[in-house]
Amino acid sequence: MTDTPQTEIISQADLVATMTTATLEVFSTMLGMEVTAGEILTEHTVSATNTSGVVSIVGIAGVWSGTGGVACSGTLACKLSGHFLMAEYESVNDDVLDAVGEITNMIIGNVKTALEDRLGPMGLSTPTVIFGRNFQTRSARSHEWTVIPFDCGTERIFVQMCIGPNSNASRTVRPGFQLPEVLNF
Amino acid sequence: MIDILIVDDSAAIRKILQRVIRQADIPIGNVIEAGDGKEALEAMKTQTIGLILSDINMPNMDGIEMLGHLKANDAWKNVPVVMVSTEGSQAKVLEAVQLGAAGYVRKPFNADQIKEKLAAFF
Repeated sequence: MTDTPQTEIISQADLVATMTTATLEVFSTMLGMEVTAGEILTEHTVSATNTSGVVSIVGIAGVWSGTGGVACSGTLACKLSGHFLMAEYESVNDDVLDAVGEITNMIIGNVKTALEDRLGPMGLSTPTVIFGRNFQTRSARSHEWTVIPFDCGTERIFVQMCIGPNSNASRTVRPGFQLPEVLNF
Repeated sequence: MIDILIVDDSAAIRKILQRVIRQADIPIGNVIEAGDGKEALEAMKTQTIGLILSDINMPNMDGIEMLGHLKANDAWKNVPVVMVSTEGSQAKVLEAVQLGAAGYVRKPFNADQIKEKLAAFF
């Protein structure tokens, strides 16, 4: 059973290492693909380069809370889904959105599980997946985003998290679960 | 031959598990799918299920609550339930085991892990 002091802090380096490990494991185990981690970005950099495509988001709640997700082009989403489901997808459809949502769930879920050893129990929402053009995602939180680009052939997928100590930990809608971050288009 | 029930809110995961189960060298009848715990309990009323693979985090009714309902029902309490989930916290896994889960496979999984787990019930 986890019994960690609530004041423990994780460094960005720890978070990056945890996110990278989870991403590489999901890609190698479930997709049979190799990806390479690139240099860490900041939120606005991703927004500028990734305003079209597929974005998938899950909420994290508990003693620490925040948001995690992935973002990629529609083309890459189709490719990833093809590997995941052993099928071919030429355009983004329900199968592709569901597959990207599940890939997000596995990556961020495994990061959450790894962090729980040090930070205490957290809950994970089911994924929300968005596909479109010229949109931005924005968190109302003040915590900084950690964004890791992974090279996947000629395309890139961004794995991103924004997490910090939760001063409103008691305002959960049920134990371990809190409503996801606000999403502004 | 036994029928297997897959419970997961992700159609992608249900599709992958269907494929893995069909590839496994075990005598399987029908493979039925449910999108959450509520749908699974409804399926249990009309089907004769011999084994359940279930996610934990799902909308409407999660896998832990579903497991509680199954184990509280005399007709269903002996049906083995293997949890297949991203949820890897010790507390959740322990809760599932204490409720009577027959096994746990963490996502991401590979096909051999699922086949090995299934083989133990045949």
